[in-house]
Amino acid sequence: MRTAGIHDNRTPYYVFASGGVGSMVTIFGVPLAVLSGQLLIGVINGAFYALLSLGLAIIFGLLKIINFAHGAMYMLGAMATVVLFDAFGINYWVALFVVPVLVGLVGVVIEYFLLRRIAGQDHIYSLLLTFGAALLIQGVLTNFYGVSGLRYAMPDVFKGGMNLGFMFLPYYRAWVIAVALLVCFATWFMIEKTKLGAYLRAGTEDSQLMQGFGINVPLLISLTYGFGVMLAAFAGVLAAPIYSVTPIMGSHLLITVFAVVVIGGMGSIGGAIITGILMGVVEGLTKTFYPPASSAVIFLVMVVVLMCRPAGLFGKEA
Amino acid sequence: MKTSNKIVATAAALAVLAGSAHAEIADDTVKIGYLADMSGTYRDLAGPNGLKALEMAIADFGGEVNGAKIEIVSADDRNSPDIASSTVRRWVENDNVDMVAGLVASSVSIAVSDILEENDKLGIVSGSAASSITNEHCTPNHIHYVYDTYPLANGTASAVVNQGGKTWYILTADYAFGHAMEADVTRVVEANGGEIVGTLRHPFPTPDFSSFILQAQASGAEVVALANAGADTTNAINTASEFGVTQSGQTLAALLLFLSDVHALGAEAAQGIQLTTGWYWDMNEETRAWSDRFLAKTGVRPTMVHAGIYSSTTQYLKAVAATESDDAQTVRTHMMETPINDMFAKNGRIRIDGRMVHDMYLAEVKTPAESKDEWDLYKILQTIPADEAYRPLSESQCPLVENS
Repeated sequence: MRTAGIHDNRTPYYVFASGGVGSMVTIFGVPLAVLSGQLLIGVINGAFYALLSLGLAIIFGLLKIINFAHGAMYMLGAMATVVLFDAFGINYWVALFVVPVLVGLVGVVIEYFLLRRIAGQDHIYSLLLTFGAALLIQGVLTNFYGVSGLRYAMPDVFKGGMNLGFMFLPYYRAWVIAVALLVCFATWFMIEKTKLGAYLRAGTEDSQLMQGFGINVPLLISLTYGFGVMLAAFAGVLAAPIYSVTPIMGSHLLITVFAVVVIGGMGSIGGAIITGILMGVVEGLTKTFYPPASSAVIFLVMVVVLMCRPAGLFGKEA
Repeated sequence: MKTSNKIVATAAALAVLAGSAHAEIADDTVKIGYLADMSGTYRDLAGPNGLKALEMAIADFGGEVNGAKIEIVSADDRNSPDIASSTVRRWVENDNVDMVAGLVASSVSIAVSDILEENDKLGIVSGSAASSITNEHCTPNHIHYVYDTYPLANGTASAVVNQGGKTWYILTADYAFGHAMEADVTRVVEANGGEIVGTLRHPFPTPDFSSFILQAQASGAEVVALANAGADTTNAINTASEFGVTQSGQTLAALLLFLSDVHALGAEAAQGIQLTTGWYWDMNEETRAWSDRFLAKTGVRPTMVHAGIYSSTTQYLKAVAATESDDAQTVRTHMMETPINDMFAKNGRIRIDGRMVHDMYLAEVKTPAESKDEWDLYKILQTIPADEAYRPLSESQCPLVENS
């Protein structure tokens, strides 16, 4: 039985600082040990980006909807986790399943009542509509909850961490990377390798033909949008114990995730996952060598990629 | 003879009238513009509740000044100097706004003070922190009221150094406030025999601090200082706790914490953190009485900024009434000549550089056992007298200060 692991861990975990390591390798002035830690953090953040950009890529790649409400859905996932715990005592494990479904339903409602009205029109309308919906949701929640953040306790089983030698890795971060990659892979598999995924891909490519086969394409579209939203909400549940849960937590992340999707290629599911992880690492390296640019570096990459390969790293030409 | 007497008399009468026309409230209205972050990171420390504090001040004053009515306009600056500048320009050039209140992000205050100087209107900065606002960025058209980075460093940093934290690693928000805070902390730490072993400038705002906390840990510094505010500080504190920063022996020093942040963190997560504040709701009978009224209106206890907005607006209205003018220089001069001892400030006065100096307080966040309700969060450890807390005029780079 593990007690709160942190209190046991009194040994210094940055071995190099104690002067005990023989030769300290540095790269551009940064010790190798520190760099390894930063790369690991970069991969963890990257898995997070991958999860978020996956939902966005599905919604755009398959439905051709530019979903600017994605950040708000991520935020709803995190807020719902906290609110459900405070009001009904729903714990983290149950929330991992229940919250994405609930927020997914919100997504289906948005698609059915709002997005369907502008189906088939220019992409810009879906951008504006979802952006407006996001602002509305954020504004209402800010009114009730303020922006200082709601508290959500880390689940007991994840408290503490392990000493890897070059850094101290909290258990929760290890969990995040594992489950995020698992969900990403499962989603990719479902879309690329299963019959349901095939229906989806075919239905969005040629909906009339599919309807001729008796497939209810509008329902499929609603469910797909709902599924993309579910992925965002799932990321929100994962975020609740470690990030400040505020109504504006999604707005900053949204732009970064869009950049990731654009770099990966707007139509590519697998590309979104790989690019997410890659960008997490790039951002992590920037945070190590030149932190003030770490918010902007992903956009720099986006500019370069768009100039050299407009379809994105893994995208197919439209 | 009679005609020339008449001419002299008329001329004298006209001269008197012309003279008194200056000591008059233009268009019979005193218009106050409230500018703050209403929806972003800094919303809770001032924001919409700051507007309520402003309204309380006006209502308590009687709603009018010498027969002239008091009007309020407000806007959300979204922490953007561009939006703030264009809003204030519109206010002073088209809307006859006499005084701009609130003013939260330091970059906003610096940008707005230029426009106020151009148009000779008055600004009272209550939310911003950068000490540069009354140093190299001082103007004759604004007053910096509640606090700044200089006493924050003097209070918190020297307390932590004297408790044994000699080596420091500073995480700085990469904009005006962060830079000012970092400069002031560096000065205080080095003056007390400490050493800055590293600094890191992170973007403002930053959602994920894991990489930066890791670097702070790797530095081996005894103290990890946070020269940031709002959501950045709470995120950093939570991440530091997750990565075991204090558990493995480093001290976390949060240089700017508002009551709204500590309330969000809770006594459990924030206990033991030391901070410097300009005011606390539970200090005495006067502060408690006003806080109860604020709580009834807003549902939350006030931060020092809310109290400062109330106090500064009251002082402003008193000055307008006494000078019978809404001219910026007249009112500001009168405010500088008037000592301030009210619910908000003890031993307060406004100096030539616009800095309102008053007693500051070193506080510590209570443990969950000591905290009797959700807002019972600070215990005041010591008072830092006004003259010791703030940058002395002899060190000032403000052109308004005559330093030979």
